Amino acid sequence: MESRFRVLFLVVTILSLPGCAATKNLFGFGQEEAPPPSSEPPGQVIDPQVERRKIKEPAIDREDFEIGAYAGIMAIEDFGSDVSYGVRLAYHITEGFFVEGTVGQSEGGLTSFEILSGGARLISDSERTLTYYNLNLGYNILPGEVFIGEGRAYNTNLYLIAGLGSTRFAGDDRFTVNVGAGYRFLLTDSIALHLDFRDHLFDIDLLGEEKTAHNLEGHLGLTVFF
Amino acid sequence: MERSITTIHSTPQPTNRVWLGCLVAVVLQIFLAASGYAADDYQTVTVADPYLEMRTGPGRGYPIFNVVDRGDSVDVLKQRTEWYQVRTANGKEGWVAREQMELTLKPDGSAVSFKEAGIEDFTNARWEAGLLAGDFGGANIISLYGSYSLNPNISVELWGSQILGNFSNGWMGSVNIVHEAFPEWRFSPFFTLGAGAIHTEPKSTIIQGQDRTDQIGHVGGGFRIYATRRFLLRAEYKSYVVFTSRDENEEVEEWKVGFAFFF
Repeated sequence: MESRFRVLFLVVTILSLPGCAATKNLFGFGQEEAPPPSSEPPGQVIDPQVERRKIKEPAIDREDFEIGAYAGIMAIEDFGSDVSYGVRLAYHITEGFFVEGTVGQSEGGLTSFEILSGGARLISDSERTLTYYNLNLGYNILPGEVFIGEGRAYNTNLYLIAGLGSTRFAGDDRFTVNVGAGYRFLLTDSIALHLDFRDHLFDIDLLGEEKTAHNLEGHLGLTVFF
Repeated sequence: MERSITTIHSTPQPTNRVWLGCLVAVVLQIFLAASGYAADDYQTVTVADPYLEMRTGPGRGYPIFNVVDRGDSVDVLKQRTEWYQVRTANGKEGWVAREQMELTLKPDGSAVSFKEAGIEDFTNARWEAGLLAGDFGGANIISLYGSYSLNPNISVELWGSQILGNFSNGWMGSVNIVHEAFPEWRFSPFFTLGAGAIHTEPKSTIIQGQDRTDQIGHVGGGFRIYATRRFLLRAEYKSYVVFTSRDENEEVEEWKVGFAFFF
């Protein structure tokens, strides 16, 4: 019975609606307050007045790149040790693997031969500047967490890297293989401290016979993820 | 005072300092920009799985310190590799694995897509970058490339290489067109054509030669091999013709292997 009343009510409503509109037209209000043209079929009566939730869907910020600078000490075989510094850009491909490019510079000193012989110089001063770039593949082998005191925990990673590059030293560009390990200490989720040890290997024949020189570098760096 | 014994060419030191200085400046700029960065709009997702596990770090070994129940919402702050940093309503922040994020819903009830890179992306991904090394006519060569796919079969590549040999060093840049006949194969063969320029500097200790820049053209082929996730291995052979200003053109053969990743 109730549904029959509802149908009756609806029928009356349908019939009265155009009637009201006609009345409005009769009194001259029709032009201003004409109902907006409806694309709905005439059979649909109930217009759902549910307000849709507006959904903003911002893109998730990806932070796979890491950029930073470092400074440390580099021991150039036969040429002593000096300060080294450089920049680093890394891209984290997966949780474990990352690729990394570094560009750095150091300065070679005098060889023992040059010191003992007095004045003789093997290379010019400008050729003592060592500049290198390396392209490496790295793997986070020991990810972990360290604790300072009771209330602070920091994420860390011990990683291994290996790669190829070129070193300009003693008047030549030298094909360079470098291997090393590093420790990444995340101060926040986006800022990290690095402690790195690298061995840059290249062939050099400056002191008579050709040999593979091991040039060890240790440096401390700061990077930011973006 | 220049007292060069072994070489004639020497690197001007100030230039190195200048560009390194510039790089450091750029790094500092980015660092400052990143530290001042604050985003307010985050995507909100609702947990549809019985629970969402939050870890202390973006890695499978980090301990789970918080669990979000079904029906609760979290804000997604950022993504690093396959991990998402989320924040709960009461302000706890932690990292959630991609597989768990797949089981969350958007506020309107639809499923969220947190896709993992797979072999379909190996075929269809637009961008690719890689590092290869090998032998270029007896010299060592290190190459970097970036690639853009016009469609699954054809892509355009930009290459930059450094050549380090016993008699000369040099640089080479080229633009390649690569055609893959079967891009959906895990072991996908390709054919390549390209042109560019090569700059060679003979080592002055051997012979006092002149620096040269010549045009090059090359044909080649190789394989792209899908490894895992975003990784692929690549091996290729190219045959170069160097268009010298002398009577005869030079021909150089090159073999390289390396890895690349797509994104």
